[in-house]
Amino acid sequence: MEVLFALWLRQIKRYLRSRARLVGSLGQPLLFLVALGFGFGPMYRKAGGGDFIQFLAPGVVAMGALFTAMFSGIEVIWDKQFGFLKETLVAPVPRITIMLGRTLGGATVATAQGLLVLGCTFLAGFRVGDWMTFPLALLFLFLIALLFTALGTALACRLEDMQGFQLIMNFLVMPIFFLSGALFPSEGLPAGLNAVMKLDPLSYGVDGLRGALGGPCANGLPVDLAVMACLSALALWLGAWLFEGVQA
Amino acid sequence: MPARKTEPPAVAIQGLTRRFGAFTAVNKLDLRVEAGGVFAFLGPNGAGKTTTIKMLTTLLAPTEGSLKLCGFDVVKQPREARRCFGIVFQDPSLDDELSAAENMDLHGAMYGLAKALRRERGEALLKMVELWERKDDPVKRFSGGMKRRLEIARARMHEPRVLFLDEPTVGLDPQTRQHLWDYVTKLCKRSGTTVFLTTHYLEEAEKVAGRIAVIDHGRLVAQGTSAELRQATRTKSLEAAFIKLTGHGLREEEAGGVDRLRQFRKMWRR
Repeated sequence: MEVLFALWLRQIKRYLRSRARLVGSLGQPLLFLVALGFGFGPMYRKAGGGDFIQFLAPGVVAMGALFTAMFSGIEVIWDKQFGFLKETLVAPVPRITIMLGRTLGGATVATAQGLLVLGCTFLAGFRVGDWMTFPLALLFLFLIALLFTALGTALACRLEDMQGFQLIMNFLVMPIFFLSGALFPSEGLPAGLNAVMKLDPLSYGVDGLRGALGGPCANGLPVDLAVMACLSALALWLGAWLFEGVQA
Repeated sequence: MPARKTEPPAVAIQGLTRRFGAFTAVNKLDLRVEAGGVFAFLGPNGAGKTTTIKMLTTLLAPTEGSLKLCGFDVVKQPREARRCFGIVFQDPSLDDELSAAENMDLHGAMYGLAKALRRERGEALLKMVELWERKDDPVKRFSGGMKRRLEIARARMHEPRVLFLDEPTVGLDPQTRQHLWDYVTKLCKRSGTTVFLTTHYLEEAEKVAGRIAVIDHGRLVAQGTSAELRQATRTKSLEAAFIKLTGHGLREEEAGGVDRLRQFRKMWRR
């Protein structure tokens, strides 16, 4: 238990100390919020959708969490290459504890990053529709963070060095984000795109987050919650299983 | 302190083989290191030293053969085996973002030491390697020599019976190297820890190591005291004996991913 806490704390400390990363990973979501939110806002309003910022903000919050989570997971490669991973692997601690400690730490960090983005969306005019379900929104945010940190960790176990990172960003993280419905509503989409969205894990997270923050919710909160919980558990299991096999 | 007769050997390797595809890195290696004293494990680049150490320290599974550390089977009892050794890797394995004290504390926590004990030992060890004044500085501001000292201190937090030092003096200035060896020799005498080291500086091995083993192409080529090796090869220095045992040919070693990544990280950090 103490080991779990120590490794969790390490992730938190690393996050708090790298200010550049903290601010840097705020940039992209905020750019999306401003450019798309204000750019497409008038069009969205004219089409009868209401305030686009209101729709977009939860998607951008999820984006902040997604990117930070994925990066936290991938950090295992850093540690692999720069040695610290070895230090943990030779310690008399079960691998699963190491994996869980880092992943929970990474997920906490990603949740915090999502909350930071949420704070910024208030400045852009976003308002929480329903404070009663706000704790549920936190839960969704955490599940997004957990799912993708675990997924990043799982991938990192299989990668040799950071060369593969770009590949993951372009062919996994970007599609996951853009096809998740973070940026556009799911009604009236072409059938193909709709099907892809149904397969995108993040779409359930975004939908749930949006619903819990008082916006429209396409799948219904119970469905979103169940899917996200199952997927997170699955990703954790996968990550733990692959981490078990890591040899330095 | 000489080894007590009842103590199991620090390292006992039998028929150890490790293959990577068609390449055999370690080939039916037998090795026995008694508890106590400094043992030098020598060999040219790519001879299989690091692979052997990785297997001894549970980082790599052997293809065949058995390994024991302080009587514990490394493959079957990894947790017991892990508790009894400490290691300073060839490349630094510190967390650069954390301070020296935090690195020490994290290590202690992973080895199940109570908070108070961690603080007490951490202080004593950091003072011993003369880093106590810098304990709250992030490790990324440390020089190569300071990092090495910190790693040795950290490896001793849980008082291991065997301490592995994989090329501990690479890239250090003569003063630091001298200091490091003094410290290691003293450590051995005082606490009875077995030191298992690899190095390419043969004069250093000659000076500090009671017993020496030379491996090449994954096989044991010779072992004994420095005097015995010189006598057997009829040479005047350990270096000459080493060359005689392992030949004049140059060794090829693949550039690892680490070197490539170092470059990449430098770019990334800007």
